[in-house]
Amino acid sequence: MNQLKIFRSLVKDSITNAMQGPRTYHWWMGILTFFMLLGAYSYYQQLSKGLVVTGMHDNVSWGLYISNFTFLVGVAAASVMLVMPTYVLKDVDFSKAVLIGEGLAVAALVMCLAFVTVDLGGPARAWHLIPIIGLFNWPRSMLSWDVLVLNGYLFINITIPLYILMSRYQNKEPNKKFYLPGAMISVFWAVGIHMVTAFLYAGLPARPFWNSSLLGPKFLASAFAAGPALIIIILEMINRFTSFKIEEKSLAKLALVVTVAAQINLIMLGSEIFKEFYTQTHHSLSAVYLYFGLHGHSGLVPWTYASLALNIIATGILTFHLIIKSYKWLTVACICLFVAIWIEKGMGLIIPGFIPGSWGEIVEYTPTWIEVGVTIGIWAMGAFLFTVLVKSAIGIEQGKLRFKDSV
Amino acid sequence: MDQENTCGHNCTCGSGKNAPVEDHGFNQTGDAKTSRRGALKKLTLGLLAGGGMAASSCSVLGDDIQKEKNSLKWDEFFKDNYRLMSKKEKNETVKRLERLYELNSGKKINVSSTGATENVLFGHAFNISKCQGYMDCVNACVEENNQDRSSQMQYIRIHEHKNGQINFELAEDDYFHEVPAAGHFYMGTQCYHCENPPCVEACPVGATWKEEDGIVVIDYDWCIGCRYCMAACPYDGRRFNWQEPQVPENEVNKDQHYLGNRLRKSGVMEKCTFCIQRSRNGKNPACVEACPTGARIFGNLLDPNSDIRWVLDNKKVFRLKEDLGTEPKFWYFMD
Repeated sequence: MNQLKIFRSLVKDSITNAMQGPRTYHWWMGILTFFMLLGAYSYYQQLSKGLVVTGMHDNVSWGLYISNFTFLVGVAAASVMLVMPTYVLKDVDFSKAVLIGEGLAVAALVMCLAFVTVDLGGPARAWHLIPIIGLFNWPRSMLSWDVLVLNGYLFINITIPLYILMSRYQNKEPNKKFYLPGAMISVFWAVGIHMVTAFLYAGLPARPFWNSSLLGPKFLASAFAAGPALIIIILEMINRFTSFKIEEKSLAKLALVVTVAAQINLIMLGSEIFKEFYTQTHHSLSAVYLYFGLHGHSGLVPWTYASLALNIIATGILTFHLIIKSYKWLTVACICLFVAIWIEKGMGLIIPGFIPGSWGEIVEYTPTWIEVGVTIGIWAMGAFLFTVLVKSAIGIEQGKLRFKDSV
Repeated sequence: MDQENTCGHNCTCGSGKNAPVEDHGFNQTGDAKTSRRGALKKLTLGLLAGGGMAASSCSVLGDDIQKEKNSLKWDEFFKDNYRLMSKKEKNETVKRLERLYELNSGKKINVSSTGATENVLFGHAFNISKCQGYMDCVNACVEENNQDRSSQMQYIRIHEHKNGQINFELAEDDYFHEVPAAGHFYMGTQCYHCENPPCVEACPVGATWKEEDGIVVIDYDWCIGCRYCMAACPYDGRRFNWQEPQVPENEVNKDQHYLGNRLRKSGVMEKCTFCIQRSRNGKNPACVEACPTGARIFGNLLDPNSDIRWVLDNKKVFRLKEDLGTEPKFWYFMD
């Protein structure tokens, strides 16, 4: 009962805290709210008219939504890059950043679930997925595995930070016996969510472009590049806009993670390109479409080369940083890498899986404005949620928010 | 017939429906499931009633037909997966669907829930030598199976190949010229009703499965529209309703089956069912009947005297993408 009271007070304080801030903060939240409303309106259109308002069709039956979902699972998984050194390896470097990483994981997961939901033809019937009440096709369907691991990961990433913050909120030191096992599990679980999401695609022999044993490891490599890259960008923003200071050492360590992951990702990309093009078989046609276009259809080609160029530039800068031991261009490199992987692992992975179709038909896909609106809305929702979570986490960490027992 | 009596209280509050809800878990394998579903249903009902919504809908929407429709739709929304339904529940949902159609259009339909017959396993063979690309099968299929006219949904694709190769990449799927075109031959594809169907594995809610007689079916009311099955199918056998399907009332085939050609809704999958409403009544699928050249052979694979068995025993047959291990029950052969 007492815990519940503390929790209520924490939520109340957090909401109050979330509504106060400098003018730039209000602008930021205002803009996000505008985009969320835009997304809600777009989704209303889609709900009333059906998925026909999207650019998807019987040939390319997944599009922008599932692309973003796939990418964001990686972002969520990457939060362990902060959790592991802090909680498990007792490397205190990251202790300040870790709550931010977990906040990012929660926001990314909520966005993932939102992207899957808006992709459903019958979201009202989504309760069929709930075990016992519905009919959960587990363990046969990889999608049912994904539902399980994503929700489990969300649960872990809500409970651990909540416990730590609740303790700090009451001026108590969190008990390691409670949160360390959870942190350990979350490390394995993070790898799990991304492997399972990769298996979702890799387990389909019908789509040769996805049916590759490299897909899982490549998902991990790209996630551990894009995720921490985003965290670096966020930490630098927090350094600039708040009084919460992240040590330069933490950033350097994160940069090392990003660099190594980006290098591995490039090696895997090279290996993939070699396999597709050295002995070009019938199964390489999707890759041909992606890199060169097929029979005059080349909608993805500019995106592919933009992604490839950004990827190489970013990895080059990061590697160079490692040699000269300076991080002058770190933010630029991280932004480049983030965008590169968003393209590569989003549309660059999902769309070619469907082109050419089962009988060689080539029908291209272009997202409609409604799809773009919903997508922007979900990203805005994620950013909004992340801002609120991190703002109260920082408030508690800095001692601004403390439980006052009024009774 | 008990539809009228379902809600004797003449409202949507559902107080009269408690009895059938109790029965849901009866006589059924997964009774734990449904009793909990019943609980969920009652809980939501209670919430609605608590919020005064049910009360207001009773008084404001004074229209009896509207009330009955709402009540039927309510029961439809909370019904179980077809595969887990008892015989009684199957009959009930079929009656609800018939009544709903009558309320909406004033016309009567007949929805069947006929199950598979023992010792029947359906298979289909396609004679490449005979097919001339007339597409009569495609049109018959659309009419028989109430497919969406607005998006021109078709289960069957006819591919026009140049002589000398079977290469689907180079085949023409949308030809608008006189057939048969010289130097060309034709091949039809549709759902192959695989013995080892990847779509069934993929579905996260078990809304699609293989029946005892080998037909791969979809429960249109259980499908959540995630389209994972569509990605998993190597044969382009599945279709999605991207919008509310439109079939003019006078064109609706009123002889329907729950797992077959009954009317679908927006946001769900559908596909060829070997015309389950016909084949389970001993008739050939519409495509087989419509083919003017006799290129399509359909029958029971377990019956040694069936036409399909004769083809398999006497012709050199092959299947497509056999390397995927899906074991289609759809063969091609030549004269």
